[in-house]
Amino acid sequence: MAIGTTFLGLLEAGPRHGYDLKRAYDERFGADRPLSYGQVYATLARLLKNGLVEVDGVEPGSGPERKRYAITDAGVTDVERWLAQPEKPEPYLQSTLYAKVVLALLTGRGAHELLDAQRAEHLRLMRELTARRRDGDIADVLICDHALFHLEADVRWLELTAARLDELEAVVA
Amino acid sequence: MILTARALKKTYGITPALAGADFEIAPGEVVAVMGPSGSGKSTLLHCIAGIIAPDEGTVEFDGRDLGSMSDVERSALRRSEFGFVFQFGQLVPELSCRENVALPLRLDGVARRVAEQRADALLEALEVGGVAKQRPGTVSGGEGQRVAVARALVTDPRVLFADEPTGALDSLNGERVMELLTAAARERNTAVVLVTHETRVAAYSDREVIVRDGRTRETVSS
Repeated sequence: MAIGTTFLGLLEAGPRHGYDLKRAYDERFGADRPLSYGQVYATLARLLKNGLVEVDGVEPGSGPERKRYAITDAGVTDVERWLAQPEKPEPYLQSTLYAKVVLALLTGRGAHELLDAQRAEHLRLMRELTARRRDGDIADVLICDHALFHLEADVRWLELTAARLDELEAVVA
Repeated sequence: MILTARALKKTYGITPALAGADFEIAPGEVVAVMGPSGSGKSTLLHCIAGIIAPDEGTVEFDGRDLGSMSDVERSALRRSEFGFVFQFGQLVPELSCRENVALPLRLDGVARRVAEQRADALLEALEVGGVAKQRPGTVSGGEGQRVAVARALVTDPRVLFADEPTGALDSLNGERVMELLTAAARERNTAVVLVTHETRVAAYSDREVIVRDGRTRETVSS
């Protein structure tokens, strides 16, 4: 996930402090992986350096000064460009799993077992997501759906590979 | 366990469909039966549901051996203790959706008013109360499948057999049918045997059994 551009998108609605940004990001996008403060401030420093945000105000406090950040015109253009650009379809796990299957065949280990174990692991996560989806709001449903469809695609690949192991073994072993 | 099958073998002609398959399910449990086409999963379902007899092996429902029952007894067992949902084409086109759902109760001699009240309650639970008076031909695929689920559950079966229940539906309707089916089954502590080739559907289960070359294998999930 492009944290920087996501921050910019969140800032388009109005200036925020770093802490507010982290909270907004974690609430909407960070359920599985909340941001660390290090990430937040490193990202803001980079955006500042690149002229995509500016400091809108500084509030003195008992601790360190709290800077409020606002998006610049260049930042808005960046968000526009990011939203208009389709994501590169990623091969996700395929390359790693393919390597494992080939190595299992080459070394005489059980490729079927490897594929079955992976499949069970995928299904375990799919069960979790299905449960989360059932109890969640529309945002949870959409986020879980995306993950579920990708995991399902992986599982289909695992199943097809299992069906073609003999063919693959004849080539690689 | 409410249903247990051990070492099932079944051969069609010279083709072995089951070659030593085991299966068990506890009350209220949802078990997905998965496997490639021709792996024997439908034969397994038919054997454990008492629709066909295995060549070898045993099937026990609630401690009773299906193999030692007469056809009449097995048929009565299927009607009172089992419910069935298939991919499509299971509703009687001449009857309204309410009458379709009430049908198993009517066949058991339940009075029309009582049967239709129970049918209406189930149709409401499956969010298709509005189509009660319509005939199956006039409702959407997703609605028709929910009506079929209602009919399968109307006798309060101990085991629900669902063979590719979302196979003819789009993703959105398929998800909804699975949500409602599993919720209704859990509420009634009905065990669900779910045959599917779709992993997303299997993800509604508590565990999965894989059928490959007529044998079953369980994957252990943490």
